[in-house]
Amino acid sequence: MIKIQKRNSSSSLIFYLSPIVAIFLTLFFGSLIFLFLDLSPIESFKIFFIGPISNWYGLSELLVKASPLALIALGLSYCFKNNIYNIGAEGQLTIGALFGGGVGLFFYDSNSIFLLPTMILFGSIGGAFWASIPAILKTKFNTNEILSSLMLTYIALLILDYFVVGPWKDPTGYGLPKSRPFSDAGRLPVLVDGFRAHIGVYFTIIIAALSYFIFNKTLFGFKLRVTGFSSKASKYAGFKNDNLIIYTFLISGACAGLAGIFEVSGPIGQLYRDISPNYGFTAIIVAFLGRLNPIGIIFSSLLIALTYLGAEDAQLFLKIPSAVGFVFQGLVLFFLLGADFLNKYRVLLR
Amino acid sequence: MIRKLLVILSFFSIFSLSSLSAAEKKIGFIYIGPPGDHGWTYMHDEGRKYMEDALGDSISTTYIENVPENADAVRAIRKLAQSGHDLIFTTSFNYMDQTLEVAKEFPDVKFEHATGFQRTDNVSTYSARFYEGRTVIGHLAGKMTKTNTIGYIVSFPIPEVIRGINAFYLAASKVNPDVKIKIIWNYSWYDPGKEADAANTLINQGADIIVQHTDSYAPCQAAEKAGVLAFGQASNQEAFCPNSHMTSIEDIWGPYYAARAKAVVDGTWTSQDTWQGFKEGMVEMSPYNKKLLSNDLIAEANKIEKSIEDGTLHSFEGPIYNQAGELVVAEGEVADDGMLAGMMFYVQGIDGDIPQ
Repeated sequence: MIKIQKRNSSSSLIFYLSPIVAIFLTLFFGSLIFLFLDLSPIESFKIFFIGPISNWYGLSELLVKASPLALIALGLSYCFKNNIYNIGAEGQLTIGALFGGGVGLFFYDSNSIFLLPTMILFGSIGGAFWASIPAILKTKFNTNEILSSLMLTYIALLILDYFVVGPWKDPTGYGLPKSRPFSDAGRLPVLVDGFRAHIGVYFTIIIAALSYFIFNKTLFGFKLRVTGFSSKASKYAGFKNDNLIIYTFLISGACAGLAGIFEVSGPIGQLYRDISPNYGFTAIIVAFLGRLNPIGIIFSSLLIALTYLGAEDAQLFLKIPSAVGFVFQGLVLFFLLGADFLNKYRVLLR
Repeated sequence: MIRKLLVILSFFSIFSLSSLSAAEKKIGFIYIGPPGDHGWTYMHDEGRKYMEDALGDSISTTYIENVPENADAVRAIRKLAQSGHDLIFTTSFNYMDQTLEVAKEFPDVKFEHATGFQRTDNVSTYSARFYEGRTVIGHLAGKMTKTNTIGYIVSFPIPEVIRGINAFYLAASKVNPDVKIKIIWNYSWYDPGKEADAANTLINQGADIIVQHTDSYAPCQAAEKAGVLAFGQASNQEAFCPNSHMTSIEDIWGPYYAARAKAVVDGTWTSQDTWQGFKEGMVEMSPYNKKLLSNDLIAEANKIEKSIEDGTLHSFEGPIYNQAGELVVAEGEVADDGMLAGMMFYVQGIDGDIPQ
């Protein structure tokens, strides 16, 4: 018989070490997979994890990929710390891109320097607006926010569909569901000419620093921690839990919306249907792998971004399917959750 | 901070990855789906293998699969260009902007963009006259339908797809003036779940034949389950629906790929537009299902193929009217390639509007 027993106290050292443990276990089991495929693990890891960032372009691409992941995960960490499970960041990203992109399309021939800031502002408003729906449903009707935020994602994708298939379709686009391109004034500047990494990276770093400060040095951060630990305790302390839920949702939605508008005004340059390769969902892994800690999230976003780039290189140089990237993401999450579980519970065999 | 990070990470650059032999030409492919889709991507992969067999040691090939049609595509295409590939095939219409973007940066690398229409000095375009196959299946559908209702599952309202619908309807209504087609727009090339749903909806609306312009075999399987007839797309899909599959329109890319790769090996590659059909063998019909089709009907289908091949029949022969009743192709004439390439209207008799 196997018996699971709650530990009296769980170690916070192990809590912060478990991502490292999870990564090492992933590397170990990853080696077994490579061996099984008749590939040398060391060579394969070199191709998978070092090859993609062995030049400046690769590093820039890593930032292109990691920046939206980190930005969304930072926003999500507010919700998750508060024990509010916003699963709908993908939808908030989509509506952010739609709002901000809509501004860009409305002024498609503008070359005003205010165009891009307005787009970015509307992007974050769009994301926050979309996040406010599950927040209101949760506070007014006690609706499960996991379900409502998730389902709103699919609604958001259909709304974007409607606009790029219908009213915002490029009149010269041969019927393809794509908008016209934004004007140059509506494009996000890149960090270095010739590379795609854009100034969204600065926003991400600033928001990470700000979040670190908020979580550790402000009353708001303290309320989040208390409520997350025990909502009853926070009620006794006189905190208004409903307000906290709404604030965390709005922050999280605004971050996802920013990621959305950065993606469409940055590397993409127009609106179309597949603007995000599921950044909103992958960011959930990033947030937990980063222990909901802003610095941790920066590192975990880089690691998860690397698994995407590595999967492309692995196809090219190792001739293995693209799914191997997802296998690594899955392994990391699996071992992380396992380590967390074993930190909280002990397994007794008798 | 970011600069610091870049510096730290750049230390990794000592593990560089270049181990290219100069002699053989490297040829890369960008796939929208997995080669296992048994449809569009599968056939491009078959083409790649054909090319490998044909050219042997003078080339080596690689592919990147499941590349989304967004900002990721730029990186994937660029990765092929940067890692020493000499010729890169991007095998979906929606890679157009991304292909052009990377091609501009790598003027010495040759690019081939499937089904596109924008060319530069190092970007060729190529496509197949799939609509010729639509003429054959339109004829068969017109003859085989009992409910006079055909279900038609489509991806995007672009000329290639609309051309297919028109060619199909012109052939079907020629042999059966009462035939009606019901169209469902899926807005994706490969989404088996959605394609199966669309097929079931159409069958519930009385369609007894399912036609698709999407990439998976799900519609044909749904037809098999419901006991109605179907045509396959891109590859021979008979194995997935043996009792409902009449034939498939097959895309045969191998000879073209081999020829283009050879041109790169020989140094004779130039940018061009290629649009080939039955005559050149880029489009073929799968063996007609003898269990479902009578010998006479199979003979008729073969004859249509032959006539299109030798030029005595064209899929778009006048008089052709648009939905508004205006004459678009006069009696005795055929639609020219310019009209076909930009076809954004339904012919008279098709119900509904092209989504705008």
